[in-house]
Amino acid sequence: MNRILSVVVNNRSGVLNRITGLFLRRGFNIQSLTVGTSETEGQSRMTIVLDVDDERTAEQVIKQLHKQIDVLKVSDITDLPIVARELVLIRVNSPLQTRSELTALIEPFRASIIDVSRDTVTIQAVGSPEKVDALIFLLHPYGIKELARTGLTAFVRGNDVASEAPRPYRNRVLSI
Amino acid sequence: MGVDLKPSAKACTSVKPLMNGSRMLVEALKREGVEVIFGYPGGAVLTIYDALYDGGIPHILARHEQGCIHAAEGYARVTGKPGVVIATSGPGATNLVTGIADAMLDSLPLVVFTGQVATQVIGSDAFQEASIIGITMPITKHNYQVRDVSELPRIIREAFHIATTGRPGPVLVDIPKDVSNAMGWFDDQAEVRLPGYQPTVIPHRMQIRKVLDAIRAARKPVLLAGAGVLHARAQDLLREFAERAQLPVVNTLLGLGSFPASHPLFLGMGGMHGSYAANKALYEADLLINIGARFDDRLTGNLEHFAKSATVAHIDIDPAEIGKNVPTDIPVVGDAGEALKMLLEEGPEPGDAAEWLAELGEAKRQRPFWYHDSDQELKPQRLIQMIHEITRGGAIVVTDVGQHQMWAAQYYPLEQPHRWVTSGGLGTMGFGLPAAIGAQLGRPDALVVAVLGDGGFQMTMQELALLKEYNLPVKVIIVNNQALGMVRQWQELFYQGRYAHSIIPNLPDLVKLAEAYQIPGYRAKNPSEASEVLRRALAEPGPVLVDCWVTPGENVYPMVPPGKGLHEMVGVTP
Repeated sequence: MNRILSVVVNNRSGVLNRITGLFLRRGFNIQSLTVGTSETEGQSRMTIVLDVDDERTAEQVIKQLHKQIDVLKVSDITDLPIVARELVLIRVNSPLQTRSELTALIEPFRASIIDVSRDTVTIQAVGSPEKVDALIFLLHPYGIKELARTGLTAFVRGNDVASEAPRPYRNRVLSI
Repeated sequence: MGVDLKPSAKACTSVKPLMNGSRMLVEALKREGVEVIFGYPGGAVLTIYDALYDGGIPHILARHEQGCIHAAEGYARVTGKPGVVIATSGPGATNLVTGIADAMLDSLPLVVFTGQVATQVIGSDAFQEASIIGITMPITKHNYQVRDVSELPRIIREAFHIATTGRPGPVLVDIPKDVSNAMGWFDDQAEVRLPGYQPTVIPHRMQIRKVLDAIRAARKPVLLAGAGVLHARAQDLLREFAERAQLPVVNTLLGLGSFPASHPLFLGMGGMHGSYAANKALYEADLLINIGARFDDRLTGNLEHFAKSATVAHIDIDPAEIGKNVPTDIPVVGDAGEALKMLLEEGPEPGDAAEWLAELGEAKRQRPFWYHDSDQELKPQRLIQMIHEITRGGAIVVTDVGQHQMWAAQYYPLEQPHRWVTSGGLGTMGFGLPAAIGAQLGRPDALVVAVLGDGGFQMTMQELALLKEYNLPVKVIIVNNQALGMVRQWQELFYQGRYAHSIIPNLPDLVKLAEAYQIPGYRAKNPSEASEVLRRALAEPGPVLVDCWVTPGENVYPMVPPGKGLHEMVGVTP
C-alpha cells in the first residue's frame, strides 16, 4: 500500500541525509522521494511515496519524521484531494516509418517529443504515476532504450482558484 | 581591528564582547552552568583547550575518548544535568561513537563537542578528518556543524536546549578549527529558534481520564515504570499514584529506583531476568499502564505473547514510542511528572483488584530470586547481597554489562532514585568504570560502588588512572569469573556448551594492576574473605579495587529464553 507524505523541512545541509538515514535505520521502504524549494525561503518540500504494510507503519514513519528537528511539518495527503505529478523521459526506438504512429500514440497523453535522432526519439510526459505507467506500457513494444522518472511531487489542491497557480519563485541553489 | 560599538540604548545594556570561537565556547558553557567537562585534547581543538586553560571550568582528562563519554553519561545519570564532552576531530570523534549511541538508547542528556578540520579542507580527506556529522546522525537526537563563528552562541544554546528537554538525548556540535580560531561578537542572549521542535509536556486531560476509567474497570491492573519517571524526577508522584489507585508496580531495568523496592506494591524488575511476580503481572494483566518506558524487547520478550489480554495505556513524552512496539489503546503524550500530577488531580480510584494483588503478593513470596549458596565458593549473588548489606543499601551502584549487571539488578534492591547507573539499551561493555567516575564527580559525597565483570573492566580499565589522579573514592568490585559470563551462559543453554571464545585466559593480576595505578587492591576467593575485604574496602577513604573470584559456572536465573514469551520463564525455582 502506498502513502503519499508531504514534508516541509528546513533547507539545511544534511537534511536529505537525515531523512533517508531515518528510513534506512528504521527499515522503512521509500517508493520515491522528490525534493525542491517551497514557497517559503529557507524551507524545502519533500514528497515521499512510502511503501508500507499497514496503517501502523505509516503512523510510525510520520512520528519518526516529526522527531527530526529540521522537519517542520508532515502531512499524509494520500486521501486528500491533491495535485500529483511526475515527469518521465523515455528514449524509444523509432525508425522513420513508425514515427507518425508513435506521434499519434502519445498524443492523448499530452506527451511531446523533445529530442530526435535517426533511430530514436525522446518523449517527455508529465502526469499522475498511473498515466506515466500506462504510457511506458504502450511504448514497450517499440523498444525503450532509456528511461528516467523523477518520482512523484504533490501537494493538496487549493480551495480557491488563485492558489492553484504556482507562485513564481526564483530558483535557488539547494543545499540538501 | 577597529571596534565599532554604536552608542544606542540597546548596545549599552548588552555589549557583545569580541572574542574567538573557543573563548565563546567556554563563555557559553559557563552560561549553561556547566560544572565539569570530560575531554581529550588534540590538533583540531588546540584553541579550545587554550581557552579552557584558564577558562574556569574543571576539565577531566580521561585516558580514552570512550572513557570521557561514559563518564559524562554517569554524571548525567546521577545529576540529571547534561554531561559535556570535548574531543578532537577524526579518531577523537569516532572514539566517542559507542558512548553517543549508548546515551541515545538510554535517553541521556549529553552535549558533545568535536573538533573538525578547517572548513576550507572539509571533504578533502585531510589529516584527522572524519565526517562525524554523517556518522552520528543516526545516534544523536540532533547534530550541528558550525560553519560560521557568529552561529556558535546560538547553536550551543540550542544544543543544550535539545539535549535536556522533551525526551533527553545526546547532541553533537562539530566545530571546524578555523571556526574555533575566528573572531566574532559573543552574543550571550542568543535566541533559540526551533519551530520544528516543540515537545508536548502537558498531556491531554481527556486521555488522562480514560486511563483512570480503565483503572476503575480493571481487575488485574499493572503499572510499568521506566526511566522516564526518573528523568521527570517524579518518583514521589509515582508512589502516591500507585498507592491511591492500588496498582502493583513493575520496573524496567533502567527504571529501578523510581519505586521503593521494599514497598508492598512493588513486584520487581520485569523482562528477561526479571522476577517471576513481575513477569506474571505483565503477562496476565487486563490493564497495563506504561509510564516512561519504551517496551524494549528485553522487557517484553516475544511480543506475540506480551500483555495479550491487556488494555494498554502508554504515557510517554516521545509520541514515536507510543505504538512502536506494542499496540496502544490509550495513548498519552506528555512528561511523566506532568501526567502523574494530572492523574492525581483527577482523583485515581482503585478498581476491584484485591484478589489480583493478593495473588501477586503470594507469587512474590513463593517465587523469589534464588541460588544455591556455598561457604566454600563465593557465589556472585551472595557477593551482591554482601555489598548491599555493607553499604546498607545506600550506595550509587554502577555496573558494566553482563551477568553481574543482572545480579546487581536482582540482589541490590534500591529504595531511592538516581542510584542506579547501567547501560540498558545498547548494553555497552566497558561502560562501568568510566560511568562510575562520572557518577562520583557528579555526587562527590555519595558512596559509589562500581560492580564490574572481568570482561567489561578490561575494555576500559585504563581509566583506573583517574581514580588516583582525582582521588575519587570509587569502590571498584570485580565479579571475576574469568569468562564473558553472559556469553558463556548462552553458549551453555543454546549452543550445546560450545564455549567459543567466551573464556578469558591470562587475566592480569588485578590486585597488582590496582597497585600499579597506586590504588589499594584486595582479593577474595570465598564468602568469609569477601565479607572481610569488602568491609576493609568500604572503610578506605579513597579508591579501592576488590577482585572477587566467584563461582565460574554460575548462571543468571530466572530467564526468559530468547524468542519466548514472559510466561515461558525457565529457572523460576531451584
